[in-house]
Amino acid sequence: MARAVTTRRKSINTAIAWAIGILIFFPILWTILTSFKTEAEAISSPPSFLFFDWTFENYAAVQERSNYFRHFMNSVVISLGSTILGLIIAVPAAWAMAFVPGKNTKNVLMWMLSTKMLPPVGVLIPIYLLFRDTGLLDTRTGLVIVLTLINLPIIVWMLYTYFREIPGEILEAARMDGATLRDEIIHVLTPMAVPGIASTLLLNIILAWNEAFWTLNLTAANAAPLTAFIASYSSPEGLFYAKLSAASTMAIAPILILGWFSQKQLVRGLTFGAVK
Amino acid sequence: MATQHSRAAARLMISPAVILLLLWMIVPLTLTLYFSTLRYNLLMPGANPFVGFENYSYFFTDPAFTTALLNTLLLVGGVLVITVCGGIALALLLDQEMWGQGIVRLLVIAPFFVMPTVSALVWKNMFMDPVNGLFGYLARAFGAQPFEWLTAAPLLSIIFIVSWQWLPFATLILLTAIQSLSSEQLEAAEMDGARFGSKFLWIILPHLARAITVVILIQTIFLLSIFAEILVTTGGGPGVASTNLTYLVYIQSLLQFDVGLGSAGGVVAIILANIVAIFLMRMIGKNLDA
Repeated sequence: MARAVTTRRKSINTAIAWAIGILIFFPILWTILTSFKTEAEAISSPPSFLFFDWTFENYAAVQERSNYFRHFMNSVVISLGSTILGLIIAVPAAWAMAFVPGKNTKNVLMWMLSTKMLPPVGVLIPIYLLFRDTGLLDTRTGLVIVLTLINLPIIVWMLYTYFREIPGEILEAARMDGATLRDEIIHVLTPMAVPGIASTLLLNIILAWNEAFWTLNLTAANAAPLTAFIASYSSPEGLFYAKLSAASTMAIAPILILGWFSQKQLVRGLTFGAVK
Repeated sequence: MATQHSRAAARLMISPAVILLLLWMIVPLTLTLYFSTLRYNLLMPGANPFVGFENYSYFFTDPAFTTALLNTLLLVGGVLVITVCGGIALALLLDQEMWGQGIVRLLVIAPFFVMPTVSALVWKNMFMDPVNGLFGYLARAFGAQPFEWLTAAPLLSIIFIVSWQWLPFATLILLTAIQSLSSEQLEAAEMDGARFGSKFLWIILPHLARAITVVILIQTIFLLSIFAEILVTTGGGPGVASTNLTYLVYIQSLLQFDVGLGSAGGVVAIILANIVAIFLMRMIGKNLDA
């Protein structure tokens, strides 16, 4: 609904919007800035904004203190692993539901969605005990399994809404031209499905990276991804703002960048296609 | 187009997802229900006798339960009011013509991508801390006494932190919805001399109704299970002042090792979530038909 407006009006809009945008973004900006300060400067009063001695020592200190890289890799393995595993299970399912819908397809989809409504705390105890008894507690494998399952409904739904938009007539046209089923899948459907699969992948990595119920409850020192590792900073030891900021900056930077690229998919994915 | 053969293939392609989700739902759910009827504490090995509804009566008569239930509702309600009202305002603003709209949008949605433990700890230490936090500094700069956010108003502080995380979500969805509004309708209203107030009330708001419902319902699902933000800021305290239902069950089961009581609490949480879920499913089901 963009319409021509006066320059004056546009300037006012710009000023207000930028002010609010910067205000909302400020905690993140402040965290990034603090990560380059010394601990003393991080709590100096008055606070120093830009004019301080920039240092990288916190990044080194965070790694030294608790092997940051290991937790970072845990996050990578867990979020990527659960996403890829989820896609392997969900792509055939969503595909079949979009292209060969039966009379129960809608019910199956709704039922899948309903599993997402199950509050995690309602099944925490059995999962915890099951994991304890099978040795899955505090392992990457255990978390990959849980995160795959909790995000599976979202993956199926997202893929379904994308696949449903691929017109079926294209298949018929290809068939008329003598394409076999194999040709159809490789040359016709796959190229059209790739963007949808890619956006699903992106959104799901973000969700899995930031998941903070199961990761906190099912891991300890070994398999803790960044969500759980950062939580260990809640009991401070001496001066730690700059180190907390450095650890936080590294934890959010990759996902912030991914997130910025996937705004549109976020809306569609998190509303299960209800808002596009 | 769907032959007998392709139907069978389709069923085969769907079954792994269905079977896994079925297991994921039924096995732990049955166990939670079962545990909730036992006297079962991990610290007391031995028999776990069947006690019927004893855990439920303990859970419901525990004063912490009433507080936790109230806190859960306040947390969900408070965040919803802030994010929906703020989201509408921000979406209207971002829809206007301006320079650097794309960048402002990136700034506004950024908090959504910050992991809960990071945002909670950053707010707790670098802003709300009365000694070293920025809010404390600002208070002192204006000659006021720094406010002890997390001890004096723990639930309010958590509502504030969670709202910061979810405002981008509401804004983004409402903005998407506003942008799908046809400009002809608005122009026609303007020709008829409609002011902003009546345009908003009679055209924009009705158009947003559906998106607002979706935002409310989806956020509710997530907000009922807020956990990490409480864990790293207040630990549910002081006392149980900022304990919600999810956190109460966590305390009972994983900190006090009372599996029976924790399971009863889990069942209550499931029932609460289901009430919300029924509404959400109806909404999305309708969309599927459209």
